[in-house]
Amino acid sequence: MKHNALALAIVAAMAAGAAQAQGARDTISIVGSSTVYPFTTTVAETFGKGSGFKTPKVESTGTGGGMKLFCAGVGVQHPDITNASRRIKPSELDDCRKNGVADIIEIKVGYDGIVVANSKKAPTYQLTRKDLWLALAKEVPDPKGGDKLVANPYKSWKEIDPALPDNKIEVLGPPPTSGTRDSFVELVMDVGCKDFPAMKALEAADAKRHKAACQTLREDGAFIEAGENDNLIVQKLEANPGALGIFGYSFLEENLDKVHGSLVDGHSPTFEEVADGKYPIARELFIYVKKAHIGVIPGIKEFIAEYTSEKAMGKDGYLADKGLIPLPDAMLKAVQADVKAGKVLTGL
Amino acid sequence: MNKPTTTARGVYTIPEERRIGGKAHLALVTRRNAAERRFRAYGIAALGLSLLFLVTLFVTIIGNGASAFRQTYVKLDVNFAADVLDPDGKRDPATLGSANYLTLVRNTLRSQLPDTEGRAALREAQGLISSAANYQLREMVLADPLLVGQTRPVWVLASALVDATLKGGIDRNLPESDRKISDRQLGWLDKLAAEGRIERRFNSVLFTAGDSREPEQAGIWGAVMGSFYTMVVTLALSFPIGVAAAIYLEEFAPRNRWTDLIEVNINNLAAVPSIVYGLLGLAVFINWFGLPRSAPLVGGLVLTLMTLPVIIIASRAALTSVPPSIREAALGMGASKMQTVTHHVLPLALPGMLTGAIIGMSRALGETAPLLMIGMVAFIVDVPTGFTSHATVLPVQIYLWADSPERAFVERTSAAILVLLGFMVAMNALAVILRKRFERRW
Repeated sequence: MKHNALALAIVAAMAAGAAQAQGARDTISIVGSSTVYPFTTTVAETFGKGSGFKTPKVESTGTGGGMKLFCAGVGVQHPDITNASRRIKPSELDDCRKNGVADIIEIKVGYDGIVVANSKKAPTYQLTRKDLWLALAKEVPDPKGGDKLVANPYKSWKEIDPALPDNKIEVLGPPPTSGTRDSFVELVMDVGCKDFPAMKALEAADAKRHKAACQTLREDGAFIEAGENDNLIVQKLEANPGALGIFGYSFLEENLDKVHGSLVDGHSPTFEEVADGKYPIARELFIYVKKAHIGVIPGIKEFIAEYTSEKAMGKDGYLADKGLIPLPDAMLKAVQADVKAGKVLTGL
Repeated sequence: MNKPTTTARGVYTIPEERRIGGKAHLALVTRRNAAERRFRAYGIAALGLSLLFLVTLFVTIIGNGASAFRQTYVKLDVNFAADVLDPDGKRDPATLGSANYLTLVRNTLRSQLPDTEGRAALREAQGLISSAANYQLREMVLADPLLVGQTRPVWVLASALVDATLKGGIDRNLPESDRKISDRQLGWLDKLAAEGRIERRFNSVLFTAGDSREPEQAGIWGAVMGSFYTMVVTLALSFPIGVAAAIYLEEFAPRNRWTDLIEVNINNLAAVPSIVYGLLGLAVFINWFGLPRSAPLVGGLVLTLMTLPVIIIASRAALTSVPPSIREAALGMGASKMQTVTHHVLPLALPGMLTGAIIGMSRALGETAPLLMIGMVAFIVDVPTGFTSHATVLPVQIYLWADSPERAFVERTSAAILVLLGFMVAMNALAVILRKRFERRW
């Protein structure tokens, strides 16, 4: 009988836990991108200290994983807000709608620059996106001429552009699971491959093959997948002055004594150049809010008000101190107005 | 050559040089001794190499982490100005609570430091002290409203930037553009230091606070409590279930194809990658049972699944090591099977079982992968208060800090690793003590 009592107690405890979860939740639940995580957590902490609401819980699941959880349905067991380092995809929006998540508020929170950096011991590179594509694509147009694609023959930066140093091509970057990698492919590789007549011909002939040729990174050791941890890439660059690394702007800002960012298309990755939209490798960061949860979970409205406030997202806001590149003033005003009006995403 | 020779001891066909003590024999002995010395040298080299790795690991972690146990504080003469805190003079706690303490901090910095005119300068000055200062002053005023109108010296947390600079993490000799701290800030720091307003104390925040985005305010207490609740669930479920399963399999179950199948499966489960248990936990406990995400209850359940095979295997080994004569004697005295097990076998096997449980638990304590799936890789500021409140665990905290851009998290990451290693060493030491104390050798 004693044993039965114990088993009963365990079941009861679990049931109680379940009941508690199904009942009310007084903490905002946020999931999503690890790139937006440092910013959302900063807002969450400030919000928790100043507002009288509980500090929201922020999970770092990656943009895709976050969308999946966010779109799973409406109800306290599903998250209220998801972070995204890219815009929501049409397929994800469909998924959301199918599960009853109809009204979604999209908030653009700022920009994140992706930098191509190297050790301070070596000179700064002046790259173009075309150079980067030629250095990193698996297949490139034959340098001897003709429209044929050949396996990437470039070993040194000098072979790509005589103005570049005679250093071995060695680039450390994020793995395919990372949002930074997605953005790099979209903003650098897709753009870099545009200017070649051979690629244009291919695009007309076989769009699928063209896309693969533009986006596939080389696998012969010139591009090294260095893992999700950007601190690790910085450490490796410091140890290996010949290599370049690809990572987020906030890590450059924290490590300015160790690494410097290469100029891309003539623009250096500084706060000002990214904010002005001149530096070409910058992406938009978003948070998505489930409108059906506003008023059900306490504090969501106040939380997004805090997020979009001047003291957080503005030019001198505390998020800028954390490395977020803020929106231009006019756009910030528009975002604030949209949030106030509760404008929902109607289509992409 | 093979001609037999006759000696006093007999007739040999072996030539002289190959006999015991002969030339060839001595050469063979030398060779064998050399081989043995080489073999030992390999062993010592292997041991030395692993020790070297271990020492390197500890030296790096301690080298990086030791500085995190000290934290810089700055003394400011704060004027708790009545016109800022309580303009209407009623000392109403609500007014005092919602007053603008940032203004108080700014005014203090303005009066304390030279050249703080202008927005940019003031922002730089504010960068010297932690944003926790606002809340600290607020707490002080709420605890003692009589402070309003007075000027008091207050020790406030220095910012992570100042802390890193004073600990040597930022090189002052670099050009200004290459370091996060500006020349003006360095000037202020030197002035404050000269006035004796800078002090380094034991970093109690690290051991009492939850997570924070500001390195100087971040602590591991939230993660330690999360680990504690998770481990309580794991131990409470996996030990009784594991021991019961082991006793049944070892003492009662008939040996047939089914029990063999179960045994093989248990051994396989012990080798399954832990992330698989996380996926299982997500599917069963969260999606099906509807338990909350990010809760120590679910974390404990998942880790129970992971620890169970380890405990079952260890417990079975402990039961087998109890000699059959004990069982036979008890049965011979007329004890029932259950009495034999509970009165004789189990007490003798318990130390071994506990050792297995502790080793299983210390494995579970260091686990992150399965917790990712059930939402425990999260930013949690509030220290968890129960089995269903949101929580994270120590190894996850380490992972999250290691991924943070802020430089000051590097030393905190190492400090957290040291604390985790401390727990591991303590648990393993407990296992060793239990074994030494209570184990019976037969």
